[in-house]
Amino acid sequence: MKKFAVMFMAAALTAMSVMSASAVDLPKVEDENYYTKFKDDNISINVYNWGEYISDGSDGSLDVNKAFEELTGIDVVYTTFASNEELYAKLKSGGVSYDIIIPSDYMIGRMIAEDMLEPLNFENIPNFSMIDEKFVNPAFDPENKYSVPYTWGVVGLIYNTQYISEEDAKSWDILWDERYMGDILMFSNSRDAFGIALKKLGYSFNTTDEDEINEAAELLKEQKPFVQAYVMDEIFDKMQGEEAAVAPYYAGDAITMIEANENLAFSIPKEGTNIFIDSMCIPKSAKQKEAAEMYINFMLETEVAAANCEYIGYSTPHAEALKTLDEEISSNPIAYPDDETLENTESFLYLPKATSDLYDKLWTQILSNDQRYNEWFVPILMVVCVAVSIGINIMRSIKKKRNTY
Amino acid sequence: MKSRAVSLPYMLWMIIFTVIPLGLVAYFAFTTSDGEFTIANISQVGQYSGVLVHSVWLSIVATVICLVIAYPLAFILSRKTENVQRTMIMLVMLPMWMNFLLRTYAWMTLLEKNGVINKIFGLFGLGPFNMINTPGAVVLGMVYNYLPFMILPLHSIMLKIDDKVIEAAQDLGASPIKVFTKAVIPLSMPGITTGVTMVFVPAISTFIISRMLGGGSNMMIGDLIELQFLGNAYNPNLGSAISLVLMVLILLCMSVLNQFDADDDREGMIV
Amino acid sequence: MTNKKSKWCSNLYTFLVYLFLYAPIFVLIAFSFNKSKSRSVWTGFTFDWYKSLFHNELIINSLINTLIIAAVASVAATVLGTAAAIGINNMNKWLKGVVMNVTYLPVINPEIVTGVSLMLLFIFFRIEFGYTTLILAHISFSVPYVILNVMPKLRQMDKFVYEAALDLGCNPFKAFMKAVIPEIMPGIISGFLMAFTYSIDDFVISYFTSGPQAQTLPIAIYSMTRRKVSPEVNALSTIIFIVVLAILLLVNLKDAGKAKLNRKKIGGEAAR
Repeated sequence: MKKFAVMFMAAALTAMSVMSASAVDLPKVEDENYYTKFKDDNISINVYNWGEYISDGSDGSLDVNKAFEELTGIDVVYTTFASNEELYAKLKSGGVSYDIIIPSDYMIGRMIAEDMLEPLNFENIPNFSMIDEKFVNPAFDPENKYSVPYTWGVVGLIYNTQYISEEDAKSWDILWDERYMGDILMFSNSRDAFGIALKKLGYSFNTTDEDEINEAAELLKEQKPFVQAYVMDEIFDKMQGEEAAVAPYYAGDAITMIEANENLAFSIPKEGTNIFIDSMCIPKSAKQKEAAEMYINFMLETEVAAANCEYIGYSTPHAEALKTLDEEISSNPIAYPDDETLENTESFLYLPKATSDLYDKLWTQILSNDQRYNEWFVPILMVVCVAVSIGINIMRSIKKKRNTY
Repeated sequence: MKSRAVSLPYMLWMIIFTVIPLGLVAYFAFTTSDGEFTIANISQVGQYSGVLVHSVWLSIVATVICLVIAYPLAFILSRKTENVQRTMIMLVMLPMWMNFLLRTYAWMTLLEKNGVINKIFGLFGLGPFNMINTPGAVVLGMVYNYLPFMILPLHSIMLKIDDKVIEAAQDLGASPIKVFTKAVIPLSMPGITTGVTMVFVPAISTFIISRMLGGGSNMMIGDLIELQFLGNAYNPNLGSAISLVLMVLILLCMSVLNQFDADDDREGMIV
Repeated sequence: MTNKKSKWCSNLYTFLVYLFLYAPIFVLIAFSFNKSKSRSVWTGFTFDWYKSLFHNELIINSLINTLIIAAVASVAATVLGTAAAIGINNMNKWLKGVVMNVTYLPVINPEIVTGVSLMLLFIFFRIEFGYTTLILAHISFSVPYVILNVMPKLRQMDKFVYEAALDLGCNPFKAFMKAVIPEIMPGIISGFLMAFTYSIDDFVISYFTSGPQAQTLPIAIYSMTRRKVSPEVNALSTIIFIVVLAILLLVNLKDAGKAKLNRKKIGGEAAR
């Protein structure tokens, strides 16, 4: 019954959505002719981006994807992921093809090493020249063959000033502070979470020393009772709604959250922190490479880069866009920290496979329940289960046979 | 009509979409990422026995709570007039038509620190209570989502219990408790077993409820599997091994529950 | 006196259970009228979300996807399943036992295991995730429900009806269409409805087998719950809720609910 109702509704909805297709104001672009190449080819590209990571037209901002569609006639299928590891799993398991992905530095390194990325044709991305030189040829992609920087930023603590003093928020220690038990949120991806523990211990983010990593894992296990939840995108809701008092997160998102709730503030802990670059790449499975490069180029249009940057709050590597930004944004110390702070940062590098496997394994252990049983527990349990099940069935069939006589 | 050939397409389908996939799970469970045979994955599952025990425990608690809530309700409903029953049963089913993710999300709104329930308590000067991101919240989410699956089979079996049986027991001098334990419960046993399996199986394998209401640290087997396939720790071989273990676990539970069921002349039953 | 008291008690109990069942739904509905996007603070009454719902491409597209996939998958599953049931009915006991056992597998298996196994299958055969995989997956998990609905009708059917039709000069195909199909029609219909509702509801299996191009409504809702569910989704569910409620009340209360109930019942029975 319900289905028919739904069907009718859907028909009505489709009709209405067709009527409501509205135009957007197109941004100014460098070379309009460039974008007309696929105008009538009716193709589509799959863009896989972080959640809340593009100007999407809400609150009067520029709807970047729609503008691109209108300008080029290419259909943008836009989906989101919550962490680099999730993106990696999705690509690695196969079965899906994306034309554009936006991973972070260390993940790009890993993907290059595992031959998952397609080299870019920079002739199709003329706007690359507007990227600030500091961001060209980064450590993870030394010859700059595979990636075009989209944003950068640092990791810090976002905290609620009603509960936490500025002084306390200057160290990662607060995430292990008993007083805030149950009010702490933590990253739900392994690299960021381990990073914080490693920094607190005074180790490098990129250590491959198993003892150091194990030590960090122990620290994260210790932290578990204090943590209210392990989150990624959920953090917006939880910090803005004052469900939690403190959490580590990316600077750009912190700006968005502070805009929504004045009680929030951001600090960069004194132990040092992570500086990251998220770059646009084209994976090997891409089907529309040229159209994807067109999309990358479009993202580098000054107006588009500025709109994205304004909307998502992250720092832009785009030199021209930075100039056009409001003073208020471009001088915000959260997005553009001073050199002294930047000196105390370290970026994540690609870790060898053995180390990333260790990360994955330890992280699963941290998240899973703390109780440990002997590792033979499950195999033995299984054998017992099967035996009991067979036994029961034999008994039953014997009983049945007896009954029939 | 006499020909079995019409079922050939289905047989083929069944082999491709049921048998081969499960075979693949088994294959992945017993190989390394390079395709070599290993039992390391299965024994590695042992490291996560904490999760296993935790999930079994939470789903048993949820199943028992469902049974305790649903049993009296099903009995009360089954003694109402037909029209009332029809409406009431419809009202039990209606929530199932809402997307379960949204219903669970609504519970977040209710349980949060600044959520609706704590606000109501706040009016009386109580609280705030810490409810979300606890094992209790996960159990609540399971009970809420699967309660109808317990009510419905119990209700339909209780409809068949004749009032006269109960009256006869009373006339023969049985105390209310005795009437209950000796007459009502045995007669409703098939409903209980159906309800228990219908709650227990989805409860033990859920990964959404524990993620949304458990805050990511109350991991269940389902979360562990998801984590290995599409989550933050990519390892499909381990994921397959865990799936295999989960399957065996559930088949065992079924065969145990089967024992409470007198009627075993059914066609094509597993275990 | 005691009777009255116990009646009062049982009414109160019933009320409390229903309150529990409906509390979150009232919250959902209430916040579809909330002015701000917040899901915990009430800032005023508005109908805006109902208007903007129709402009939200993500929601509308995924709703359309959901309906297309459910329609295709349930029709295919019904045809496949009905044919299968007829064939299985004619098998000898042993073969029937084996086939039915395998048929029950997807019904009792945890959804996540079915989802994962299908995901491995599609990757293995290098089928790209999208409409194809979703439809194949949805057919796979709904065929058993069709079979399990049609089988009992076949068993109840008088075997000689078909033969009588042949004797009266029908060719086998015609005899089948005229004599057998009408007899088992109720089973086919309830199987179809079950397959359809199941397909619309499904999240777990779709989660493992969908690609970027074909997102169903539950998948879209899931990706929203990780950030913030737009009140537009609340508005959509409110509309669905009211439509379902109205239809259930207006038409036949009992029959409308049967499909869903049976589906779960069969799940439970298979489990035993």
